[in-house]
Amino acid sequence: MSAHRFTLHRLWAIVIKEFIQMKRDRLTFGMMVGIPLMQLMLFGFAINSDPKHLPTAILSADEGPFTRTLITAMQHSEYFEFVRTTNNEEEAQQMLQRGEVQFVVNIPVNFSRKLLRGEQPSLLLEADATDPSAVGPAVNALRVISSSALNRDLTGPHASLRSSPGPIELRLHAHYNPENITQYNIVPGLLGVVLTMTMVVITALAITRERERGTMENLLSTPVRPFEVMLGKIIPYIVVGYIQLTLILLAAHLIFEVPLIGSIPLLYAVSFLFISASLAVGITFSTLAKNQLQAMQMAFFFFLPSILLSGFMFPFRGMPEWAQWIGSVLPLTHFLQIVRGILLKGNGLFEIAPELGSLTLFFVIVMAIGVKRYRQTLD
Amino acid sequence: MSPSLNDSAMSQSEELVIDVRGVVKSFGDKTVVDGIDLQVKRGEIYGFLGPNGSGKTTFIRILCGLLTPDAGRGTCLGFDVLTQQNEIKRHVGYMTQKFSYYEDLTIAENLDFIARLYHVADRKNIVEQSLERLGLQNRRKQLAGELSGGWKQRLALAACLIHSPQLLLLDEPTAGVDPKARRDFWDEIHGLAADGLTVLITTHYMDEAERCHRLAYLAYGHLLTRGTLSEVIASGDLTTWSVQGKDLRQLADKLRRDHGINQVVAFGNILHVSSRDSAKLDVAIAVLKSDQHTWTKIDSGLEDVFIGLMGETKDNFS
Repeated sequence: MSAHRFTLHRLWAIVIKEFIQMKRDRLTFGMMVGIPLMQLMLFGFAINSDPKHLPTAILSADEGPFTRTLITAMQHSEYFEFVRTTNNEEEAQQMLQRGEVQFVVNIPVNFSRKLLRGEQPSLLLEADATDPSAVGPAVNALRVISSSALNRDLTGPHASLRSSPGPIELRLHAHYNPENITQYNIVPGLLGVVLTMTMVVITALAITRERERGTMENLLSTPVRPFEVMLGKIIPYIVVGYIQLTLILLAAHLIFEVPLIGSIPLLYAVSFLFISASLAVGITFSTLAKNQLQAMQMAFFFFLPSILLSGFMFPFRGMPEWAQWIGSVLPLTHFLQIVRGILLKGNGLFEIAPELGSLTLFFVIVMAIGVKRYRQTLD
Repeated sequence: MSPSLNDSAMSQSEELVIDVRGVVKSFGDKTVVDGIDLQVKRGEIYGFLGPNGSGKTTFIRILCGLLTPDAGRGTCLGFDVLTQQNEIKRHVGYMTQKFSYYEDLTIAENLDFIARLYHVADRKNIVEQSLERLGLQNRRKQLAGELSGGWKQRLALAACLIHSPQLLLLDEPTAGVDPKARRDFWDEIHGLAADGLTVLITTHYMDEAERCHRLAYLAYGHLLTRGTLSEVIASGDLTTWSVQGKDLRQLADKLRRDHGINQVVAFGNILHVSSRDSAKLDVAIAVLKSDQHTWTKIDSGLEDVFIGLMGETKDNFS
């Protein structure tokens, strides 16, 4: 009999109702648009993993013209900001130790003379590498600018010194993380983070709210089926998810100039799976929570490991094995690989297939728990 | 559902819309409904009374398919209460104790939503008619959350009638509603019953109980008494005197100390003194009679009977 089975008209009834309620709840609606924008600004601008104007001390034992050229070039690169020039090595070490400077540039005796003789003098850069991601870009920059700036000065009879391996030898006393995070990495990652946040939190509240306000009892006394209620509540938020996705992609491209190498339609298609998986988590939480506060707490319990262990904040391969294990259960981990793969590496369906499989498995399991937990009767 | 099945199901229970026996429901180790039998005929307005926590709401939830009973059997609208809950839901209108429509939807949106859930044919017209009949058409665009208690109740009634149910289950529908609105509400209920709708209604108001065709009194999960108004009053077997005059408080205290008297209740400036044993009551009164008071023997009212029943049953929360 049709009463037992899923029907479209009942599903549609729930969908329409959810949209009207969404429209009425201005604050939540504002959050759904505001959160992605706010996070974009925070992660995109405020949290800069390509830091510049790093305080630097010069420990110079040479006053030659090439020293001046080098220092000027370093200043122009904007990575280095010279706060102190000294010829006392101990003082320089203390500044580094106290964190007053990020770098000490050590220019050896007879630097200019050795350079002109073609002896390839060494330039020692001492770095405070406690934050490796702060050091890497500056060091890379120095490699380039030191040789290009000095080459420009090596004119006339000295032009022969321009040869590779370069006029000087740059030595670095520091270690830095090879997987170094840039905005290209963060902005696509944000896509997954924002979707996780809104999809899980807002839907976790959706069913709990019905129970808290007593409207669930009324819904259950009608012929509506559990699956119809769940799906009907999910669909409007899928639409919201796609609006967020579009906002972030636009910002990524227009504001942060992230290259969009892969297929955008493919990204939209596979995002459907991730959005559904996140919504299923939210709905399942709402069937477990007794009130909206509990639902919110559960959502954050899920949200934190998603941010920390998915490879969004820290390089996934840098984490200990147990953390990777937890991370690989989370849908965000797989979605990040998909997004970065498509946007930055131009991956196609074939390359992302394993991740899609993981997402599908996650969705099926969580949705099954949710439907089972959602009690049709009140007992 | 096919119409033929509907017809056959209905013809089997032409008379009895609700016919359940031995219904039991426990939550944990607490038995909330303990072996209730109930038969309700088509077109009847059946009043359910009893103290808070007596199991009225649980019993109604069983009838409309929200809860599955632990024991017992029976039918509601010809459908099995244990197995055919989905069919029952399609033909029952259930109005919850607390307003449970969407406060952030307008009146018209709420009605439209419910009509869609039941897949009501010609939905737009039905919603329009419903608004009109309940006098809500001017308030159609008002949010349900902004309505006063009386209007919320009208909306709830309109919503649970939108799919033309055959049985209406109303759980304390008039709590917190003013007397005028309550009267209008009851006129509406009587009109619906005259058209063949069966109504099961819980209430704490005696004047409402008296407007029901039949009554049942529920306490501690048991049905203590049932029948028409006069049958229920007769089953109480009470003799009641009313007393008027000075110093009623002191008189009441003296009366309460007498074991022959079951209850002494003050109604404003009148005391109702009731007992199951009219002889003992006469003796007790004879001692206290004086010029200061006017004693009149009256017919026991429903309230006298129910207060008596309530006094005898244990509080379910204890």
